[in-house]
Formats: sequence, structure tokens, C-alpha cells
Amino acid sequence: MGQLTGPTDPTADAHWEHNHPRKGFFTDTSICIGCKACEVACKEWNHNPQDGNLELLGSSYDNTGSLGASTWRHVAFIEQGQERIAEARESGRALVSLGMPRIGPPAPPSVADLADADTTPPDTADFRWLMSSDVCKHCTHAGCLDVCPTGALFRTEFGTVVVQDDVCNGCGTCVAGCPFGVIERRSNGTVKVAASREEQHAKHADVPNAGVAQKCTLCYDRLVADETPACAKACPTTSIKFGDHDDMVETAKERVATLHGQGMTEARLYGANENDGVGGTGSVFLLLDEPEVYGLPPDPRVPTADLPKMYRRAGMAVAGMAVAAAVAFLGGRE
Amino acid sequence: MANADCIIIQGSNMAECHPVGFQWVAEAKARGAKVIHIDPRFTRTSAVADKHLPIRAGSDVVLLGALINYVIANDLWFKEYVTAYTNAATLVHEDYRDAEDLGGLFSGFDPEKGAYDNSSWAYDEADEGAIGEPAGPEHGAEAGARASGDTFGSGGPPLEHAEVLRDDTLQDPRTVFQIVKRHYARYTPEMVRDMCGISEADFAYLAKTITENSGRDRTTCFAYAVGWTQHSLGAQFIRAAAILQLLLGNVGRPGGGIMALRGHASIQGSTDIPTLFNLLPGYLPMPSAGRHDTLEEYLKANASKNQKGFWADADAYTISLLKAWWGDAATADNDWAYDYLPRLTGAHGTYETVMSMLRDEVEGYFLLGQNPAVGSAHGRMQRLGMSHLKWLVVRDLNMIESATWWKDGPEIESGELRSEDIETEVFFLPAATHVEKAGSFTQTQRLLQWRHQAVAPPGECQSELQFFYELGHLIREKLAGSQDERDRPLLDLTWDYPTDDHGDPDPESVLAEINGRHLTGPDAGKPLSAYTELRADGSTTAGCWIYTGVYAEGINHAANRKPGQEQGPAATEWGWAWPANRRILYNRASADPAGKPWSERKKYIWWDEDQGKWVGEDVPDFPPTLAPGSKPDPSVGGPAALSGDDPFIMQSDGKGWLFAPKGLVDGPLPTHYEAQESPVANRLYPQQQSPARLKYPRKDNLSAPSAGSPGTDVYPYVFTTYRLTEHHTAGGMSRWLPYLSELQPEMFCEVSPELAAERGLEPYGWATIISARSAIEAKVLVTERMTPLTVGDHTVHQIGLPYHWGVGNSAVVSGDAANDLLGVTLDPNVQIQESKVASCDIRPGRRPRGPELLALVAEYQERAGLTVETGNRTVTDPAEGEHPGGPTP
Repeated sequence: MGQLTGPTDPTADAHWEHNHPRKGFFTDTSICIGCKACEVACKEWNHNPQDGNLELLGSSYDNTGSLGASTWRHVAFIEQGQERIAEARESGRALVSLGMPRIGPPAPPSVADLADADTTPPDTADFRWLMSSDVCKHCTHAGCLDVCPTGALFRTEFGTVVVQDDVCNGCGTCVAGCPFGVIERRSNGTVKVAASREEQHAKHADVPNAGVAQKCTLCYDRLVADETPACAKACPTTSIKFGDHDDMVETAKERVATLHGQGMTEARLYGANENDGVGGTGSVFLLLDEPEVYGLPPDPRVPTADLPKMYRRAGMAVAGMAVAAAVAFLGGRE
Repeated sequence: MANADCIIIQGSNMAECHPVGFQWVAEAKARGAKVIHIDPRFTRTSAVADKHLPIRAGSDVVLLGALINYVIANDLWFKEYVTAYTNAATLVHEDYRDAEDLGGLFSGFDPEKGAYDNSSWAYDEADEGAIGEPAGPEHGAEAGARASGDTFGSGGPPLEHAEVLRDDTLQDPRTVFQIVKRHYARYTPEMVRDMCGISEADFAYLAKTITENSGRDRTTCFAYAVGWTQHSLGAQFIRAAAILQLLLGNVGRPGGGIMALRGHASIQGSTDIPTLFNLLPGYLPMPSAGRHDTLEEYLKANASKNQKGFWADADAYTISLLKAWWGDAATADNDWAYDYLPRLTGAHGTYETVMSMLRDEVEGYFLLGQNPAVGSAHGRMQRLGMSHLKWLVVRDLNMIESATWWKDGPEIESGELRSEDIETEVFFLPAATHVEKAGSFTQTQRLLQWRHQAVAPPGECQSELQFFYELGHLIREKLAGSQDERDRPLLDLTWDYPTDDHGDPDPESVLAEINGRHLTGPDAGKPLSAYTELRADGSTTAGCWIYTGVYAEGINHAANRKPGQEQGPAATEWGWAWPANRRILYNRASADPAGKPWSERKKYIWWDEDQGKWVGEDVPDFPPTLAPGSKPDPSVGGPAALSGDDPFIMQSDGKGWLFAPKGLVDGPLPTHYEAQESPVANRLYPQQQSPARLKYPRKDNLSAPSAGSPGTDVYPYVFTTYRLTEHHTAGGMSRWLPYLSELQPEMFCEVSPELAAERGLEPYGWATIISARSAIEAKVLVTERMTPLTVGDHTVHQIGLPYHWGVGNSAVVSGDAANDLLGVTLDPNVQIQESKVASCDIRPGRRPRGPELLALVAEYQERAGLTVETGNRTVTDPAEGEHPGGPTP
């Protein structure tokens, strides 16, 4: 195991003997049209089962709800009135003027010039409908991976985190280990979807990989064939971009600076700060409001980040106990 | 679109319904373009637009007319462009009277027939005559019956000749420019506020944004879809946008134009090579009995040899088509087998056909990729019509509701039909999907793109091509040896394509036939390269003249796939665009009258003096060596009569038409009328609805009363229907797919918080929506995306209804069909139904089941006092509103 917190190259930490660049997504929610092509392309490619009860969820146009064992891309829909927009703009402005977004990267250079930029808010200010496609973060320090007792989860040569279905024993430790609530065990309550038209009329077969932990693989099987992940390939507006992680972070920083220059102070990055609680994420996002609004944790922290401290404390406790025991023995002899 | 500086999306929910095409809007926005969405609802398109303007459904002509007025009144029109390239300077005959002078009617209205005699709208002619149609006038009632507007899909209406009279100062009161100016003078920002529900400030923002982004250096583009077409005056909505775009010089230039967003993969293709009752391939009209009895009459009516431009050669296109279909059996002696073509004897559009079914006049019906039980207006009429058939063939991917209405449709539940009483024999034939067959799609940009077969179709699934090829063979076998004259068209048809191991014909051989070939001379047998090679002497064939060139040199150019980054901005090596692989139509207009680009920024096609020809990024849409200053004698006719400044080479006078002297049956200028059903009175004219709309006053097609009439408050709300990204039209391609169904599982309605409060509707609870035809239930989405509009002195609430669900037991998800609420009232130019605006009531709770549902609908009808006359008055009596009785003005 390599470093547990802070900036690092997870691929090198995993002792891959090559220099594949780390791969990742940049999801720019400011140009998402909520078409859900990413959700469908993901399920098609990965043969994930249908889930949900085929009833309206009661959450605008979102009938998926959240990421889960069978949903590896999830598009959130958030309707907001004028008041919330003003708050988002204000909280974004605070981040900009601090020069250091809480979750995002250090302030991009162009932000310094913001005083001269046209900060007139965009024309529709009284209402907006946010859409954002969420996905596994493929963290630099991945909680799921670090706590997995069987070695079913592994760090790939692309720096991503993938479950080996045939190794996973379904213990579920990873579920508690993920600070984003991404990974889950697949339940039997889902419905297998026919992979071809011939299968369509066959009796529903068993759901694949039921009971084991499932999540986005960043289309590992496509990456090894030098193909773009299904969701990014299907995205019609390039809201989901795929590429080398460093390029993605760079693109994200440029984009947020452009939006700030257009007066959209509500724009901010998520996951692009390598000093955050997970060492930055492989999937970075550009958001137009606080992360909580999108159902994302504001300050995610991998449980193992505290391991050294915990070891220290445990060590101190052990030492203390030993001293106490020794004292007890010594005292007993008296 | 990527080149536009401003994009107005109106009558379209482009991001949701055309997400792939929307990448170009996203690109334009990334380059700095303004995007404005004008729509009754705040949709996923509005979410990524710079601004959303909520509008009252059906009031678009008021808004567009006000923009026209703004542009003219503030002198913001593109003078050089308008004077040279449009018919602004052309004089109209002195008999013409405008709707402004006649209370909302143009001269020539025939109240008996409810249609216009349009002779008075004609261009003026020397010696006090008027320039008529080459085969003499056709009454609007007859033109409407054959939906003649459909024939203008590739070029404009014919004229006797193009020797028009002009006043280039535009001062003569009879110039088109002055007529347009007067016509729209009362379309003001105040009128927009009082009719559309758009504030004066928002109108000013819109007008300013459009005009600031139009001119030499900048271009604005419009995008629309069925939100503009599906109205009783839908064709006029688009005409209004065309007038505005011509005045601003936004036609024929990069980033300009009016994008007609077609609804699905090859809908453009299915009008080019039509599945319509009134068209032959390439927008040649289907012959009509009485008007087109002989080939000579037909050719004369289609185009005059004395008019300008390439439509004058329609005889070559027609005869090449007949040669493609009947080969050696088409000879000069038998008029190229012209009499093998059927003749129209009246209106046979889809709604007329359903009414014929109800009269037991139709024995059998083929449904191919269509689910009218869910997707067509007035679902009940559709299903009851089908119950009168002897046989019904449904070819589809899934067991759609149009194949199962006889066992689990809404009328079985209501008790109106009993399965055991229905004598219709229903055949379901499984169809191959688009990945299981090869062929071409023609998309919204007229681009043909080839599709290769990925996998073989499973089981007995077949391609349409194979099905019809085999059906043709079977019919011909049955007719073999027949001496009956009426069987000759089938027996003489060229019906011979190479097939693969499964019997599927080679689609490339069909493409080759569509492209056409030389029959005689040194090139005999070789594919044609361009439609200009077509001849009227039987020496060429072409199955669809506008597609000629797609198979030039024997190469399938639809399969061209050179990536965009490896070629110029027009990407002419990706697919093939009709006609002649041109990406922007009428692109001669991208240069000034002298042939120079209007600006460096918008440079596209220009005249190269040294080479003596037009050059640029695209295939020039102009005779290649016709110099900018050329002024040939217009009387020579055809392409040779085009002047160097006649960019509109498919128009009979070479100009863009601000005023349409021919071609439209409901008025030469777009004029605002209210929808068939509207709670709002027309403030512009005493005339409430379009006087020329096609009405069907029947007991099974009642209309709600309109403003000012008793009973209007029984159906107080406006509803509009639409699609969602997650589903495909009537659901045949999506509600059977779990991955799509789970994303939008249930039928819902969208209402504003204000309306929910007014009617006690619970969020995500049930509501019942009642129209003058039917009642359906839906889950309630209460959302601020729906805005109550203040229109004049009252508040208009609009209800949104997606139309993807239908009643049945076969799909993954089902639900009530929004289209059941609609009635049948049609646009007279093209016979499209008015499905984007109608009246209803809404109340909490689920709808009643069984006969009680019919009782609920009847109770509403009774309370509103509906009769077959309600809403169906042709000319509104200002004293009485639209209710019947009393003299007409």
C-alpha cells in the first residue's frame, strides 16, 4: 500500500511498472442537457439490470434517484428559483474571492482579473434547471479499495478502481468505505435485460453478479481496447469528457475561469483539489451550486485517511495499556 | 448552426427532441452565440439557453409579426440584400386587398367553400394583367384537398412567366415591401404583451438580440419543429419566420436560415421519396383527376417553360421518374406511361382516410413504423376507424397498441367495443431494426447518410425493402397473364433487384435506381452525376431527381465518412446532401450583388473574376459561370433566364418571397388567428380562427367553444403535447425497452404551482384532464417551469402533456394517451393536425373506469352546450363571437 492521504500517483502507488497516464472524466454540468444518454449507454454496454419500480420518483425528471449497483451514471435534475440562484452565485463568489475553492483547485490565474470582467449575470436569472451526470469518482485514495478484504477491488493500470466480480464475496465492507455512497451490492430485486432481440421473449434469466459489489469500471474493458467509455462516447454535447486525468483537470480549470469571466460566479470545481480528503478524484466535475445541492458530500474523506492517526492513537493506547499492565504486574509483586 | 451568432429556438424543444443535432447549438454557444428559447414550457432546451421566454401556445405569428414590424419601423432591414434578392420591389396586382382592410380576410374569400380564390394576390403584369399560374387558377378548396403546399419541398410555386414589374425605390404602395409594412403595422410590442403574454421588456430584449446579430458581419438562425407546424395555420408560422429572416438577410448564409428539425431518423427522406398521398418523389405532385388528366396538362400545371430557374425543367424530372419506374414500357407513344399513375379524386390524407374507414369505405390498412392508436390526433377515432377494417397489417418491432387495441384498448375498457364483435383481421409482421438492415437515412439537413447492416434480423423479422419486394413479386405472380389494362402498371413495373442469401434486396441497387442513369448515347448505362443531366426525351432515368448525384461515378456518396477535422468547414465529404451535395441552400446569397462576400467573417461563396466562376467552401447553388452582373432577357425562361442577382434558383422569379402571390391557400401573408379552441379572443381581427382551416364538424369530433362564447369556462385551460428525450413518439421504439422505460415510467402532466393551487392538485398525485373529446389521467408534476401568463385581462394556464404512453398490456410501461384528447382540425396547406394547442379542464384524482368515463365526457359536453357547429364557424360574426347564427360580414 502506498501513501494514504494527499497528492500522489495512484498507479505508481499500486506498483504498476509502466507509465500509463491516469485516465478520468471531466463532467461539465454547465452544458449538460439532461438527455440521460450516458445512463442508457452505460447500462447497454455493461448489461446492467433494470432497477426501480417503474413509478415516478417524485424528483423532477430524475427517475433513477442515485448511483447504485446497477446504475453507474445518474443524472440529477434540480429546479431552482431566484433566491437559491442568488445564494449559489454568492457562495461561488466567496470561493473566487478567497482564491481557493473549498473543494476545487487553487484559484486559476485569470480569476485575478475578474474585477475587470463583465460579471453581469446571464439573462435568465429568475429560474434555472440544473442537470448533472454523476459517476464513480475513482478516487486517488479509494475507500472501497483500501478496505476490501478479498482483493476483489483493484487499481488498474489507468489509475481507476475496478471490482473483479468473480473474486468479490459480497461482504459489503466497501459499501461503508466509500465516502460518496457509490458502490453497492446488487440485489436480486432487479430485472435482467435481454442483450439481444432473440433473448427478448425468453424467461427472465438470473440477474448477473447478484449479491456482489458493483460500480462504474470507467469501462475498463473499453480502455484496454483504446476505446472511450460508453457514457462519454454517447454524450451529445461533450458535457462528459474523457481523457488523461491531468488534461481533464486543466480543461476544467480553464472552463471555470471562462465562466467566471462571463459573470457566472456560481461555477466551481469538484474533485479537482488534490489536497482534499480523497487526494482528488479521477472524475472531476464543474458544478453550478454547492455540492450538497447535487447530492454530493461537501467534504468527502476516505476512511483510511485517518489510518496513520488511528494507528498512532491505537499505538499510544497499546503502549498505555502495556504500561498500565506493567504497572499492575509490578504493583502486584509488591 | 455552429456558425450562428444568435439562435432562436421556437416551436421546438431541440435539446430534448434532437439532442444529437443540439451539439451544434452547444458549439455555437461555446463560440459566443446567444441562444434564446421561446416556448410555453421551460424545458431542457431552456435550461441551457441564455434566456427562456414563455409564450402562449399558438400566438407565434403575433410575435414574429411584431419582430417584422420592429425591423421595418426601425429601419433595421438589410437594404442591399432585401432589394436585390427578395421580391420586395415587385408590384402586386391592384385587385389585392389585405386582411388589414377586410377584418382578417384577404381578398378572394369564398365563404361557401371556406377557401380562397387567390387570383387577386398575383404579381402585376404589363398592360394591367396579372401573372397567373401556368395552367390557370386552382381554387383554394381543390388545392387544399390535395394539400398542395407539400409540393413546395424543393422549390416554389409556378408562375406563367417571370416578367414582373418592379419599383426598386420600394415606394410604390403596391410593392411587396409596402404591403408587408402595412400588414404588420399593428403587430406591436403591446399586442405581443396582450396576445403572447411576453412583456415589452422581454420583447425588446429579443428584438435587440436578433437585430444586433444580423447584417453583413453577423447572422441569426431560427430552429423550429412541430411546435410550429402542428397548428391550423402552421405553414404560416414558418412563412412568418421566413419573412423576418429575408428582411434581415439571414438566408443562404452561414449561421443563418430556418432549421426545420425533422422528428426522427429519416422523416426528411420520407417526404423526399414520399410516403404521402399527394406527392411523387422529388416533390412532384401526385396527378389530380380533372386538373392533370394528360401528361401535357400535368407538365404545364407543374411549371412553365417561361418561368425562371430550375423548376422550369420539371418535365425532365417527371419523365426520368416514369422511365425509372416503367423502363421500356414507358415510351414517347404512351406519354411515358403517365396513365399508369393513379389520380387523386379528393382529400386522402391520414385523417380523411380514418373517417373513410368509419364509413366502411376502406377494407385494409398497412401500418409501417406508425402507431396511430397512440400517436395520431383523436386516438379514439383512430381505433374505432380500424375496427371497421376487414384487415390490418402491422409491421413493427414490438406488439404496439395499434396491433392490440381490439383486445385491451381503451374502448374495450369503456365497453364501446367488444373483442368478439370486431371483424378486423389483424396481422402482425415483425420488422428488422435499423441496425439489422442497410440503407440510407436522410436527416434534417438533407444529408443522406449510409447505414451498414450490423447484425442479421432475428427470426422472421424482415427489412421493409424485403417485405415490399416480396409483396410486389407475390402480387405480380397473382396477376401474371392478366389482360386487364388496370394491371399493366404493376406488371410493367421495373421490379428486379439483386438479393442476398436471405432474400433481402441490395439497398445500394435501389440507391443507384434513385440516382438514375443514362439510357442512350456514349454513356448509356452509366450513373448520372447531376440533375442538370436529366432530359425530357426518355434518354435518362432518375427515381428522385433531387437525389441525382448521390451515386455519381457508381460510388455510394451517402457512405462518405471523412471526419470533420480532416476537411473544410462545410464538411462536404461527410455523407451527401441533396441537391448536388450543397450544404447551404441558396448560398449565392452569401455574396453581395457584385459577387463579393458580405463580410470576411461570413465569407462562404463568391465570384472569382479570374476563373470566371463561383467558388468557396460549398458547392455553389447557382449556375457555376453565371456572372454577378448578368441580366438575360427573362422571357427566355428556365435556368437561362436567371439574372446574376437571382439567388433563389428554385423560385419561379429567382427571388425570396416576402409576399407569396401563389402557393399558399390561406393567405399571401402570415396573419394571426387563434387556434380552433382558444380561451382568448383575437385582438387583431374580428376573425377568430383561420377562415381557411379544414374543419370536420362531426359528433365524434366536437370542439370546445372559444373566447366570448358561452361554455368557454367549462374547458378553461390550454394544453399542449410534446415529447421527452427518454421516449420515441408513440413509444413503439422506447416503451418496450427497459432501459428507456425506467427513465420515464409514467404518463404525467406539467402544471404551474398556481394552477395546482387553483384546482387542488397534489404533487405526484393523480389528475384527470378532460377535453371536448375524451378524458385521460396522469400523474401531476407541479413545477415552476410552467408559468401562468397574463394575457390581456385574464390569466392563461397552460398544461403540458407528453404523448408517449398508450393503453395496452404488451409494453414495459403503459398509460393514458394524450392524443386521445385532441380533435381533428387541419392546416389547409399541408393537412397537418392542430395538436399543439387545445382546451381542457383538469381536476384531482383518477379518471372513472368503464362507461362512467364516457358519462364524464358527455357531462362536460352538455355543460358547455357543445354541438357540431361549436367552434366550426368559417367566418366569425363580430357581434356573436364564433357561435352560429346571424349574417356574416
